[in-house]
Amino acid sequence: MTALPYVDGNMLDGPLGEVFAVDLSTAIGRCAHCGTTGPVAGLRVYSHAPGLVARCPTCAEVMLRLVRAPDRAWLDLGGTTYLELPMPPSVGG
Amino acid sequence: MAIITPGFSGRPRSGAPDLPPGQYLTPDFPVLSAGPTPKVSRDTWEFVITSETGTEYRWSWDEMMGLPQETPTVDIHCVTRWSKLGTNWQGVSLDTLLDGVDTAADYALAHSYGGYTTNLPLDDLRDGQAWLVHTYDGAELPAEHGGPARLLVPHLYFWKSAKWVRGIHLGIEDTPGFWETAGYHDYGDPWREQRYQGD
Ligand SMILES: [Zn+2]
Repeated sequence: MTALPYVDGNMLDGPLGEVFAVDLSTAIGRCAHCGTTGPVAGLRVYSHAPGLVARCPTCAEVMLRLVRAPDRAWLDLGGTTYLELPMPPSVGG
Repeated sequence: MAIITPGFSGRPRSGAPDLPPGQYLTPDFPVLSAGPTPKVSRDTWEFVITSETGTEYRWSWDEMMGLPQETPTVDIHCVTRWSKLGTNWQGVSLDTLLDGVDTAADYALAHSYGGYTTNLPLDDLRDGQAWLVHTYDGAELPAEHGGPARLLVPHLYFWKSAKWVRGIHLGIEDTPGFWETAGYHDYGDPWREQRYQGD
């Protein structure tokens, strides 16, 4: 039985940085299945696959999928209730 | 003095393996997985075909092993661009499993232990094109390659050959599966290079 080939969510920084203009390295996500809230960096990413599949570390359900074609990308966040993103302080706030 | 170069024929490379466009040949058998490998005991394993009216046709491991067995040798093509030629399997033809199934469905959605799904036209499971396989290269199919049993549909990209397959839902409507809802092609013919939606 071989070990399961997943890596931690830090590996999503590069591929997601291609899609988003914001820095996701410190983003927090909420699992739509079990409600676990934690850093994207803590997701379990299965990358030996036709796309990247990021799973919740608590319930193992899919929270995020990213498929990259040469000229297109598909991002599925159906398993993520929200992403909390750090933002620069708004002026006058 | 003549210099003999092994393999040089002076003609075009007609001896090269005939691969679908964009594929390369590998002697390995790469392990691809979208999640943890489910542990499935043969004692509790079952395979269920569910018709569009909800009728279930169910086989235990022993019942499946008691059906007529076939030993297909086929080429397989992964959408991540590797191809492997002449792979040897043993299993039951989907023709055998579908033989007593009363259905007017046009579509099939294979579902697996662990939650994976993939869709294909029912016609692509018939006429000697698809198997439920449990043996690879003369040995029990390892869990990382989809054991106890996986689907084998070699004329389509290998993501259609669902690992750890548990059953098939037959339907009047086409229901996209795991990769088909994330940008991949609904049908996935490697010879027409149908990798992504719109290809
Ligand atoms: Zn969860």
